[in-house]
Amino acid sequence: MGKTLAEKVWDAHVVRKGEGEGANAQPDLLFIDLHLVHEVTSPQAFEGLRLAGRKLRRVDLTIATEDHNTPTLDIDKPIADLTSRTQIETLRANCKEFGVRLHSLGDKEQGIVHVVGPQLGLTQPGMTVVCGDSHTSTHGAFGALAMGIGTSEVEHVMATQTLSLKPFKTMAINVEGTLRPGVTAKDIILAVIAKIGTGGGQGYVLEYRGSAIRALSMDARMTICNMSIEAGARAGMVAPDQTTYDYMQGRPHAPEGADWDAAVEYWNTLHTDADATFDVEVDLDADTLEPFVTWGTNPGQGVSLSAKVPSPEDFGDENAKAAAERALQYMGLEAGTPMKDIRVDTVFLGSCTNSRIEDLRAAADIIRGREKDPKVRMLVVPGSARVRLEAEAEGLDKVFKDFGAEWRFAGCSMCLGMNPDQLEPGERCASTSNRNFEGRQGKGGRTHLVSPVVAAATAVRGTLSSPSDLESAVTGTLTGTAV
Amino acid sequence: MEAFTTHTGIGVPLRQSNVDTDQIIPAVYLKRITRTGFEDALFAAWRKDESFILNQPPFKAGSVLVAGPDFGTGSSREHAVWALKDYGFKAVLSSRFADIFRGNSGKQGLLAAQVAQDDIELIWKVLENAPGTEVKVDLVSKTVECGNVVAPFDIDDYTRWRLLEGLDDIGLTLQHEEDITAYEATRPSFKPRTLPAKVEAN
Repeated sequence: MGKTLAEKVWDAHVVRKGEGEGANAQPDLLFIDLHLVHEVTSPQAFEGLRLAGRKLRRVDLTIATEDHNTPTLDIDKPIADLTSRTQIETLRANCKEFGVRLHSLGDKEQGIVHVVGPQLGLTQPGMTVVCGDSHTSTHGAFGALAMGIGTSEVEHVMATQTLSLKPFKTMAINVEGTLRPGVTAKDIILAVIAKIGTGGGQGYVLEYRGSAIRALSMDARMTICNMSIEAGARAGMVAPDQTTYDYMQGRPHAPEGADWDAAVEYWNTLHTDADATFDVEVDLDADTLEPFVTWGTNPGQGVSLSAKVPSPEDFGDENAKAAAERALQYMGLEAGTPMKDIRVDTVFLGSCTNSRIEDLRAAADIIRGREKDPKVRMLVVPGSARVRLEAEAEGLDKVFKDFGAEWRFAGCSMCLGMNPDQLEPGERCASTSNRNFEGRQGKGGRTHLVSPVVAAATAVRGTLSSPSDLESAVTGTLTGTAV
Repeated sequence: MEAFTTHTGIGVPLRQSNVDTDQIIPAVYLKRITRTGFEDALFAAWRKDESFILNQPPFKAGSVLVAGPDFGTGSSREHAVWALKDYGFKAVLSSRFADIFRGNSGKQGLLAAQVAQDDIELIWKVLENAPGTEVKVDLVSKTVECGNVVAPFDIDDYTRWRLLEGLDDIGLTLQHEEDITAYEATRPSFKPRTLPAKVEAN
């Protein structure tokens, strides 16, 4: 019988098969091709190595960057928050001691770890990629098996370059059709999560398939795979194709010459065989999809932007009903309110979900020549220093600044507010990030997850808006290419 | 890692689904570089509310958390497990755990016991009717006991074995170091290396 993409990548990395069969089987030992490291989940792992007198086995398969704690203003000055500064300095000392390549704040290659790996060409099809960060699933967009891990596993990978893993089940997410203008990859993944729930992907590796996925750019595929974890899945994948190869070619660490040819030959085998079966298949219709937005406090609590805030009574399950009640209270929303009537205070364009160059271009296309609602604060945080430079070369920084948005330096920023970029209690935010948990963006902050184009349109109108809501307000038609 | 066989302690009913790791430990507490001392960070935002369950005696002294479905979703932060352990929790009961959280628990000797939601509801009732009731979690027989409720729980055999024996994962893996070295020799040359860095130095 044929294999799925996930099974092929898995099988190619088995160092040692676990003994036993079925539910009682021991885990397999898998080799890890790339280990990404950042300051938050690594200090205790380095310390563990030190205490045990162990070396970091493969520094040549390890790379570190600073992202979660880093400020997005005044990056040339010492970090004001002392605990943040200590954590960053600890990473620097650890990388030096163990010989790990590090891209520090101020370096051209610094940025969010999941933006940096792909842009350097270090993320490639068929690899196993891990990081002490749940959004490692991002790298699955290349047909890699990419997983977030905890700090004990970070230490395990450092010491052994392997992980003990139990085989996952497989789930196909079939997205057929053509997205309408103003509907993007973010809306696909928000709709998928709303459909299968925050636990729906648990124990599964998701493979995104179908014509709508094939039509997406790499940046868009990364947005989708990024949020696989929000459906509870360990990983999400897209089979590599010409779009993948075109993105890879010429990147600093992409294979060259004969290696490139050998790599492509291998990558071409990385697709689910016609006679392979998935444990579960889920279908989503791209033709009818609308811009999507969350109303609650978990990423599964989402609706079409044209819909209304649901009522707890809409949910049959008692737990879902209780969760909805609590979420509405936290969010300060009343059931039945049209989503588009909801006014926001802040718009955040950034995070490992939506901070790549295409995200910035798409948002810039919406706001170009328009004015920001003066009551709204908009923060634009490129995913990496490289993305920031690229955007500036295209003049996007000027578009954002002319609009009245704040143009910041790269990092995780307001996605989780470990640096000074936080919401005030009660403040409401349209955010292109990935989690609308209570307090995620700042204590008492209220988050609505949206796509970059919805974020941009919302900044114009002050209320949750889709790009099509702007059409009547300006002369001419909306022609943003990336929309 | 300390071995785990049985534990008996006060049960804490947390009637909530989708308790994500941002709630278990907010990001602001992740800036520390130690592996211990996170007890103050556990449910930090919720504990500011006096009516929160952990602020009420006798639950304050609880060591078995009985939570709704989808416990530990979201961020991979192992700090969530450290915070639960540092506070004094030895076991968490839920009908469904997020994968990464469950994995992290297993590494740290916190027992993540999967109990059917119907049984969770029964245990909640016992704990709410008689606050301070103890829950006995027995990893040998894979059962939990609370008042008159006796329920089985699920945990994968490998994690159970490691918890019962208190085994260190890295030590176990390094027993197979020859296999790792043999695998490394077969990796194709087109696979990327981070060193030397193929970018200009700043």
